[in-house]
Amino acid sequence: MIRLTGVHKSFGAQKVLNGLNLEIPEGKVTAIIGPSGEGKSVLLKLLIGLLQPDSGLIEVDGECMQGLRRSQLNHIREKFGMLFQNAALFDSMSVFENVAFPLQEKTKLTRDEIRRRVLSALEHVGLKNVEDKFPDELSGGMKKRVGLARAVVLDPKIILFDEPTTGLDPVIKRAIHHLIRETHAKFGFTAVVVSHEIPEIFDIAQNVAMLYQGEILQHGTPDEIQASTHPVVKQFISGSLDGPIHVG
Amino acid sequence: MFTPVQAIGRLTIGYVRNLGRMGWFILYSLYMIVRSPGSPVYILKQMRFIGTKSLFVIVLTAAFTGMVLGLQGYYTLAKFGSEGMLGTAVALSLIRELGPVLSALMVTGRAGSAITAEIGIMRISEQIDALETMALDPFKYLVTPKFVAAMISMPLLCAIFDVVGIYGGWLVGVKLLGVNPGAYFYEMEKSVMWRDVYSGMVKSFSFGVIIAWIGCYKGYFSGPGAEGVSRATTESVVLTSVIILVWDYFLTSILL
Ligand SMILES: Nc1ncnc2c1ncn2[C@@H]1O[C@H](COP(=O)(O)OP(=O)(O)OP(=O)(O)O)[C@@H](O)[C@H]1O
Ligand SMILES: [Mg+2]
Repeated sequence: MIRLTGVHKSFGAQKVLNGLNLEIPEGKVTAIIGPSGEGKSVLLKLLIGLLQPDSGLIEVDGECMQGLRRSQLNHIREKFGMLFQNAALFDSMSVFENVAFPLQEKTKLTRDEIRRRVLSALEHVGLKNVEDKFPDELSGGMKKRVGLARAVVLDPKIILFDEPTTGLDPVIKRAIHHLIRETHAKFGFTAVVVSHEIPEIFDIAQNVAMLYQGEILQHGTPDEIQASTHPVVKQFISGSLDGPIHVG
Repeated sequence: MFTPVQAIGRLTIGYVRNLGRMGWFILYSLYMIVRSPGSPVYILKQMRFIGTKSLFVIVLTAAFTGMVLGLQGYYTLAKFGSEGMLGTAVALSLIRELGPVLSALMVTGRAGSAITAEIGIMRISEQIDALETMALDPFKYLVTPKFVAAMISMPLLCAIFDVVGIYGGWLVGVKLLGVNPGAYFYEMEKSVMWRDVYSGMVKSFSFGVIIAWIGCYKGYFSGPGAEGVSRATTESVVLTSVIILVWDYFLTSILL
């Protein structure tokens, strides 16, 4: 279980998170939704310790993420896999090497076993015959899928997905959603999915949290969120232009 | 009314913080080299980049440096009728001073800037963050291989610079201006001591450390965007060159 208590985070004068409280239950898929630029990516980076909160507490399985030595932090990070919003592939490595990298560095598997796992991970995200390409030679959607394969290849306990399907075509989008649901049913990892895919995300997540103005505005099951009477939530999930959220 | 005072304070704190960060960076890098120097494959790759690929420009600059030393040395020595000492003059200037410094400045321009750009791009495209999320230490993959490679490559490049430069001086002095070929090498052998070679090698080793240090540091803390990386690259080349020249003075006064 991951628990955030009173988390504040600012960049210079800009307040991004403003006393955020959230509990992410173990073994479930939790979706984070909310308008662009509200701090969803920042929230994921706080969870894995890439950013430090200005104040507040972040606990992973009862262990506090602040004030740790590098070795302690790495110990906690080994539970995590992360897909970055921009995929963050290593551009000096081929697709194969990118996905193989965590296996090479973190396990003692043989070359053949690594090869088998990498190819199967790539196949699961619908990529074939691209192992030898380099990230610069891939389309945006392909990069995303390589990043997805790299994030899950070590079978982590907790997986953070930052917009896993943004920029993918509808068929692949459905396939990725299917993949997340299936692998979750099989391995039972804890997932945090930042997503703009409304309403599809309600079929995948067991929990939905809406981030708005630096706080969790509402948190509940997909049905509760869809039935919400809160004007901001209502406007956001219906994608209407009229309401309290102003664009621009 | 506090604004000017605040501005000075903020500037000073920022400056001191940067110095501290630079100090931490090199100490941590050296610690990591001892603890886990990184795989030999990464080190060899970096040596190929920093060392092998710098060969051409090193040979070229060394040849012309030696040749101009031959010319200038001949002009000066001829005034005292001691053209025979040309070999000594060329060799000592190169081995003690010009070889280490010029080869380091050339490598700074060629490889130091590239190191900063490479690490800077990895920083802004979140590749360094990706390593961190895998519970891997970015230093082990990005920084220590470059340190080790620079520490090995620089003295070797410097040795090549010295030898090519000495033959450049020979070409001009002996072949063009008619200095006695026997005297050129005999006087050189008589007056170049082991400690001259040693001091040149120590210098060039430490310049290797400086190139890797500033190159990696500037990239690692590169500002956002293409502009941030380009600024980091420029600053890296300027700062490395300045530190090399200042450090050279101190080292010379110690080693003399
Ligand atoms: N490293 C940083 N330095 C300064 N400001 C930052 C940094 N990272 C994020 N921000 C700011 O924090 C805010 C939240 O950014 P974040 O990337 O978390 O948004 P988001 O909710 O993920 O949006 P999107 O849905 O568009 O991805 C933005 O206003 C952004 O400008
Ligand atoms: Mg985002």
